Amino acid sequence: MRSPSTAHAPPRVVEFTLGNGLQVLVIPDHRAPVVTQMIWYKVGAADEPPGSSGIAHFLEHLMFKGTDAIPPGQFSKIVARNGGEDNAFTNHDITAYFQRVAKDRLPTVMAMEADRMANLRLCEEDVATERDVILEERRSRVDNDPSSILQEQMMAALYANHPYGIPIIGWAHEVAGLDRDDALAFYKRFYAPNNALLVVAGDVEPDEVRKLADETFGKLPPHGGLNGRSRPREPEHQAPVRVELEDARAGRMTVQRYYLAPSYASAAPGEAEALDLMMRVAAIGSVSRLYKRLVIEQKKAASAGGWYSDSGLDTGRVAFYAIGAEKVSPAELEEAMDGVIADLREHGVTQAELDRARSAFLAEFVYANDSQSRMARHYGWRLATGMTVEQVESWPERLKQVTVESIRDVARKYLVDKNSVTGILVPAPDKTRSGEQPAHAPSPGRS
Amino acid sequence: MPGAGGRVAAFALLAALAAGPADAMEIKRVTSPGGIEAWLVESHANPLIAMRFAFRGGAAQDPQDKQGLAYFVSGMMDEGAGDLDSVAFQERLQSLATRMDFDASRDVMLGNVQMLTANKDESFDLLRLAMSKPRFDEDAIERVRAQIVAGLKFDENDPEEVASLAWDRLAFRDHPYGRPIKGTKASIAAMTRDDLRDYVRRVFARDKLAITVVGDIDAETLGRALDLVFGALPQHSELAPIAEVKPPFGPTREIIVMDVPQSVAQFGHRAFSRKDDDFMAAYILNYIIGGGGFSSRLMEEVREKRGLAYSVHSNLFPTSTAPCSWAMWRRRMRGRPILEVIESELRRLAEEGPSAEELAGAKSYLTGAYALRFESSSSIANQLLWIQIEDLGIDYIDRRNELIEEVSLDDIRRVAKRLIEADRLITTIVGKPVEARPKAAPG
Repeated sequence: MRSPSTAHAPPRVVEFTLGNGLQVLVIPDHRAPVVTQMIWYKVGAADEPPGSSGIAHFLEHLMFKGTDAIPPGQFSKIVARNGGEDNAFTNHDITAYFQRVAKDRLPTVMAMEADRMANLRLCEEDVATERDVILEERRSRVDNDPSSILQEQMMAALYANHPYGIPIIGWAHEVAGLDRDDALAFYKRFYAPNNALLVVAGDVEPDEVRKLADETFGKLPPHGGLNGRSRPREPEHQAPVRVELEDARAGRMTVQRYYLAPSYASAAPGEAEALDLMMRVAAIGSVSRLYKRLVIEQKKAASAGGWYSDSGLDTGRVAFYAIGAEKVSPAELEEAMDGVIADLREHGVTQAELDRARSAFLAEFVYANDSQSRMARHYGWRLATGMTVEQVESWPERLKQVTVESIRDVARKYLVDKNSVTGILVPAPDKTRSGEQPAHAPSPGRS
Repeated sequence: MPGAGGRVAAFALLAALAAGPADAMEIKRVTSPGGIEAWLVESHANPLIAMRFAFRGGAAQDPQDKQGLAYFVSGMMDEGAGDLDSVAFQERLQSLATRMDFDASRDVMLGNVQMLTANKDESFDLLRLAMSKPRFDEDAIERVRAQIVAGLKFDENDPEEVASLAWDRLAFRDHPYGRPIKGTKASIAAMTRDDLRDYVRRVFARDKLAITVVGDIDAETLGRALDLVFGALPQHSELAPIAEVKPPFGPTREIIVMDVPQSVAQFGHRAFSRKDDDFMAAYILNYIIGGGGFSSRLMEEVREKRGLAYSVHSNLFPTSTAPCSWAMWRRRMRGRPILEVIESELRRLAEEGPSAEELAGAKSYLTGAYALRFESSSSIANQLLWIQIEDLGIDYIDRRNELIEEVSLDDIRRVAKRLIEADRLITTIVGKPVEARPKAAPG
């Protein structure tokens, strides 16, 4: 086995800033005559005013409604008529919009994206209709899915004070009260060239992008009132939290465990890299410790895994989950999971495990180079949440510095009970198929 | 505000040019010394190789009493081979940073492999082991069985999945397409090692194999790898013939009661074969009905104008072994009005046909966006594989946009009448028995 070749250099990215403060990144890739444009606003759900949860995501939807130049509802249709695809997404720290088009359409979509950065027009009726759409989206993403409900409750428990505990889509009762003024106030406060990052990847040269960006985004004035992002900080936790949910639709019993841990942006040097590799050894994929122990050896779980939420601006988390095997109780499953985590905390990982996980991780950077849209997303996400281009490019090198000792250190430091939330989802006896309600069910309506 | 406005309006009026997806892309037909054929796009831009392959004969080859067999096999293909048990096999994959996965669809068994150039010899050898000497160890079978059953339990509570399975049953009845690809709890419980071996013996043969490779490898090296990986497979498959699908009885409606906050419905009717002269027109029509995201009629009427649903979309599903394909529309809904909106929209489209503007918009999207499917090695390999599976010809990429441009307004209006059968819809609805419910109270 050899390490990924270093003969092929990563694509040369070029970074510059316009006079009005817009940060621009160009990732040339000439293999297909297409480009990906992404605009990343450095604002997300964690920047919402109290009581207005969901407004960042709501505004993301409303950004498709129109401007003076684009009639209501035409934005995506114009992109489609130009043979392009577009969409957007919101998380706690960023809001991003993207288009994929043939390269000669870049001027069109860039002009459109610049236009809606400053000229959004909203009418009351469109806002009301879109609010209904979002309430439907919430029902389909969360309310229809008990494991999403559990995760929402666990996040609320993990972040007692920090807004990462509030769902990105918003709490239903607050979303129902959002209106046009809320959306426009948020838009005017945060959408500006000096609070955004433009990424263009694909069959294009940096000079072309600079010229186009100057002619479009470059004409917009910077925002004077941006004053950094300060969110309420999490107090020191004093006790572990448990969340238990019984739901007839759960299908299978599951146990989840979250721990507060730093993200790449908030970690001390080297800690995030160590946490990243720790989780790849411990919980990610079918050769992970958790899977081997719980699924293959002990047969207590049908499946098991985990992840590291590494991109938060303020903090991150590590997560473990297991789906119970037949006739295994939640307590037995949790105990088995605890065993793997305790072992990690006490003994860390072996050199062979680290080497294997690292070679697979390093290869992911090579695989990512194969897709311009993945590169745009990779750089955009990291730059919009605090990394520099230099830090993105030296990432593989930093992973090579991680040792079994540094992993043992972060395991001991962060896999701490009092910083944890445990979630248990249990299938309740099925009452739903017959259509009958429990006798004491609260009646709908005002209480 | 100075700036972008005027330019946008001007640009928006331009129609997209139907640029080729990748003018420089050359597709070579490679035949190995042992006679195995693959399509190759050689590219040395990145040190990696993407390979996709398929055996024609997917879940439709499951015997009536072994539903879910192909799906079970697809879950077992990376669970150990040769001297390597499941854990050793998976650790080897991870060390090599090789990605290998298998998937069963109705008509084909798919394989997807990505490897670094530096590890290609070891990776091809591991794939050889998986294809020719899968172990199917008893403990791995039990583990995968438990995972499939756990998945089925989740699916039982997923209204979309329930609606979809019920729809297949209602529309295809006793045809193999009416059976669940993942099987049932009973059929999965009864599956044996011999069943898995029997499926592999019948289906994994060279006469039903399609292969595409994209990336950092030349024709000669690939030829040797093809013989290594697939050379030991039998020449001839033993596929059961798949009967023609009988036209369904519509209209039919099945309501399944489930206590979910949001109902899901799926409805559809028959469409045309992939080989039908009107297929391209039907494909464009589907884009106009509900395939085009925010540009589609259903999205406009249901979400944009009325806010009745988050998602409404339509698909055209051609199937390769029966001379029929199926148009279906699926959405999450709130209350009865949405059904009426959709039915009346379909009826109107059948009677009046799309407008010239809609046709032009659909064509400019479909031709312009074709290039977007060729962005990475694995997406190119995927496109080429389906062109092979559907038997469209190695030059299809060059012809495809012309085929779309050739469809006239008269064609599409004629095809709208021929395709849409708004009064013969097969519909499944999963949700609360009372469709109307109060709106969320303002907070």
